[in-house]
Amino acid sequence: MPRYFTEDHEWIDVDGDVGTVGISDYAQQQLGDIVFVDVPAAGRRFAKGDEAATVESVKAASDVYCPVAGTVVEGNAALEDEPALVNSDPEGEGWFFKLTLADTGDLEDLMDETAYEAFVAKL
Amino acid sequence: MSETMTEARDVELSGDPDGGEDAPIQLLPLDAWHRARGGRMVPFAGYEMPVQYDGIMAEHLWTREHAGLFDVSHMGQLLFTGAGVDQSLEAVLPGDIKGLGEGRMRYSLLLNDDGGIVDDLMVTRLPATGPFHDGEGEAPAIYMVVNGATKYDDIGYLLDVLPDAITMSLLDEQALLALQGPEAVTALARLVPGVDRLVFMTAGAFEWNGTPLWISRSGYTGEDGFEISIPGDVAAAFADALTEQPEVKPIGLGARDSLRLEAGLPLYGHDLDPDTTPVMADLGFALAKRRREAKDFVGAERIVSERENGPATKRVGLMVEGRQPVREGALVVGDDRVEIGRVTSGGFAPTIGAPIAMAYVPAALAVPGTVVTLAQRGKLHRATVAAMPFVPHRYVR
Repeated sequence: MPRYFTEDHEWIDVDGDVGTVGISDYAQQQLGDIVFVDVPAAGRRFAKGDEAATVESVKAASDVYCPVAGTVVEGNAALEDEPALVNSDPEGEGWFFKLTLADTGDLEDLMDETAYEAFVAKL
Repeated sequence: MSETMTEARDVELSGDPDGGEDAPIQLLPLDAWHRARGGRMVPFAGYEMPVQYDGIMAEHLWTREHAGLFDVSHMGQLLFTGAGVDQSLEAVLPGDIKGLGEGRMRYSLLLNDDGGIVDDLMVTRLPATGPFHDGEGEAPAIYMVVNGATKYDDIGYLLDVLPDAITMSLLDEQALLALQGPEAVTALARLVPGVDRLVFMTAGAFEWNGTPLWISRSGYTGEDGFEISIPGDVAAAFADALTEQPEVKPIGLGARDSLRLEAGLPLYGHDLDPDTTPVMADLGFALAKRRREAKDFVGAERIVSERENGPATKRVGLMVEGRQPVREGALVVGDDRVEIGRVTSGGFAPTIGAPIAMAYVPAALAVPGTVVTLAQRGKLHRATVAAMPFVPHRYVR
């Protein structure tokens, strides 16, 4: 299952036309202790780059952007009780939401894992 | 993903992130020390400062349970000498400075003509024998610690108002370290015997390996602890000696902020500013009775009348419902969603495990138990006015 990254440190796994979105390990390290995550409800429609979720660390609130256009099928309910999952398993259990992609062509602008690692190394 | 701002307009940032000054960023005496220990450095009050090492949550809880070492060398350490120095300082500070005994300290405020707060500070009467001055005996001396982001403005203001007979020096060769937490006394007394004899809000001269230290039992976390003024060139060696103690870990600015918020202590540039009076800020304890009666300090007219008639708005603590932090800049709104107040500090409280905040609200609502509505980024939150501190102080008196 291919995984793509944005320059804003979101990741998306794509399985058919359904994508799972979260924030990268680099992003969670930068944010520090996550104390609250607001994930979108099923049915929400986003254009590529829309603000889709909010993640709050002890220090600051950050917006999470939707890496592709689509319609949300599920927000990760586990984050409501355990926002620290984003720290402990950012690219696994700490996923934010799943959505149906409107246009798989949106993925073409994103980085693959190797390109993202090179991108982060330069930050 | 990108950091987002709270919705309120023109949020004051005078204490954060860069001190609102155009001056080039300065380095702390412990700059290399922080970096070697994995401190994540950010600009704050004109300095590169460590915001965290291991993580804000862990550092916060460590300080509440053990002892945390904070580098607060960005703060301004000022020395005032000259005949009548206490009398002269009383012109701008509303506290009883003349009545301050040697080695005694007070929290005080630098005020403007309208009674607004220009800075908040700690003021200590030094013994005739020093430190920091020659100790000839006849020159009384006052030591003051002011906020980092405001220190140069404070100096300008004080130069204007103090008579020529008073000498003011910025002790910029001195570092300032804070050791805070229930085990601070154990760790520090091992290196500096006798510090356990100090009680809260007293200070004295000590020595470590031949280096003179000026140590007060005070701090900004609500815990027992000390603030240590030490020559900058010895600070790294002393910080090493402290962090070799099993009780002590270095703590960044992030946890300093969450600790002081839980302790109900206001932060200048956020909870206090030149439009805020000590009465609005609920800092009436800084107004000495003799000074209120004499009305002989800058801004006394407004402050005394406000104290008698009640302020329009007041600083309160808020327990925020739910888990989402409500931060500085969020609005307190009435039933019609119109702004009636403002959140000036807010965040997640690690000791409590819930979001808390400080806000200014109309005086009628400034009663513990009152439920208020907060608006942040288009979302409404309920909060209850709570007595401060949120976490009990544990000072050793």
